[in-house]
Amino acid sequence: MKKTAEDYKHIKGWGIDADPKNDPTYPIKKRTDDEHDGYSWDRPAQQPIDIEVLHSNERPNVTAVFGTSVPPSGLSGMIRRQAFKYGEGSFAHWIPLMLADRVNVVEGIVDDLMHAKVPNIFAEQGMKAEWKHNPMGLLQKFAIGTAIATAAVVLLARRK
Amino acid sequence: MLAMNYRGPQRVRIDNMPMPEILHPEDVIVRVLRTCICGSDLHLYNGNVPDTRVGMTFGHEFVGEVVEMGSDVQKLKVGNRVLVPFNIACGKCAFCKQELYGNCHEANPQATAVGGIFGYSHTAGGYHGGQAEYVRVPYADVGPTIIPDEMDLDDAVMLTDVVPTGYQAAEMGGIQEGDTVVVFGAGPIGIMAAKCAWLFGAGRVIVIDREDYRLEFAKNYSNAEVYNFESLEDPVVFIKRTTDSLGADVCIDAVGAEAAGSAMQTITGRKLLLQAGSATGLHWAINSVKKGGIVSIVGVYGPTGNLVPIGNVVNKGITIRANQASVKRLLPKLIKHVQNGVINPKAMITHRIPLEEVSDAYRIFSDKLDNCIKPVLIPPSARS
Repeated sequence: MKKTAEDYKHIKGWGIDADPKNDPTYPIKKRTDDEHDGYSWDRPAQQPIDIEVLHSNERPNVTAVFGTSVPPSGLSGMIRRQAFKYGEGSFAHWIPLMLADRVNVVEGIVDDLMHAKVPNIFAEQGMKAEWKHNPMGLLQKFAIGTAIATAAVVLLARRK
Repeated sequence: MLAMNYRGPQRVRIDNMPMPEILHPEDVIVRVLRTCICGSDLHLYNGNVPDTRVGMTFGHEFVGEVVEMGSDVQKLKVGNRVLVPFNIACGKCAFCKQELYGNCHEANPQATAVGGIFGYSHTAGGYHGGQAEYVRVPYADVGPTIIPDEMDLDDAVMLTDVVPTGYQAAEMGGIQEGDTVVVFGAGPIGIMAAKCAWLFGAGRVIVIDREDYRLEFAKNYSNAEVYNFESLEDPVVFIKRTTDSLGADVCIDAVGAEAAGSAMQTITGRKLLLQAGSATGLHWAINSVKKGGIVSIVGVYGPTGNLVPIGNVVNKGITIRANQASVKRLLPKLIKHVQNGVINPKAMITHRIPLEEVSDAYRIFSDKLDNCIKPVLIPPSARS
């Protein structure tokens, strides 16, 4: 097979980690066989569960530590709670979570407004950088968006 | 404190957020000195990862200084500068004992298929990430590694994900001396995987991507042959033809869920979200590898089903090795490689951007503007 670099000396470190046993058919696991004993290890202390933590129905409990960034709330939270009734391999788990994420975006805007904050969506999308580095692309996006919106308005007006 | 705040697909901003607190005796609080945006953050940014909740802070690549400690932390002290691996690992469970730190069973209640990851949706544990001034780091005696005094912070931050993931991509390929290795994707991980392929004795390294500027970078940084797939009629046919019609010994998918190159995959995977992202890179890898060859996957895919050509995998007898990098296991070796000049991670950093400009930083990286390869965010408290 063609090789383009027959002399590898110019490549610093060439072959220094070569290991003929690094073959995927060769066991790579550092087997301890501890997993044969099931869920029996000396568990770390449990982080206090003082917020709602949804956990996979494929495990018996909440892990010893967990993130507390955004507990489920509102309509999106209700959808997420339903999703967690299903296993991780099920579309009934993931599709509702994706739906909840989209609902959550609307909740985020409402929450901003309730806190007297009008989200600057143009800035949040980083359009200042787009304008600086890709003005033609931005204008193109704007033109396409305008065309689609106009077409939609015309279509709706005709139906009436 | 200032922190990145996710507001919805392609909408992020900087906000004042509550300071993180010690919630477990093995936690520490770290003041962030450098944090990167990763290519896999873009899957979150684009709304492709389920259970990405509004109000989360992303960021799984960061280094910083310990400022507060839980009562059970033994190995760190306040003031230590630490490199924090992206995966959160307890060190005690059956998987951690096997050094499968990316598969810890005590860090992510929301899923069993993936471990805990900083700032990577609730699917990966619901932790706030490091694109902030401060971050809570659980299991502080296990993951965080003290940064050697002489090590540049820019090198250190690349050791939290990019270097070990690229290295493991090559390692999982089981590369044997003289092998032809094809890397799909010339993002930072793909570039690093190509670089590391040589360390395992590859005889030929090829990188395939769509962006010429990234390919040029890969050529210079990784000594790789580079090809723009848009200039090829069919990347798979090209690889076959350039490998005596047999296929490559090792193919690495370093793209994941947002691969370009296939209209069908783009529409079903990226636009309609009917599968967990576009699997174009994986398709090409499986179809380009020789029979009995090895496909190594480090590109991130969502958890739902993909239209993967699994029949080809079975029929060709391909061994697929895939995992999130076990950063902790790899760090001692990789730190030495950096110290000896074998790997120069900070050379991949093309943009240093104030954390306050996180919205623009995401746009630049996401849209591949300004020849961006790797952006680093620097919080205001780390600039003074």
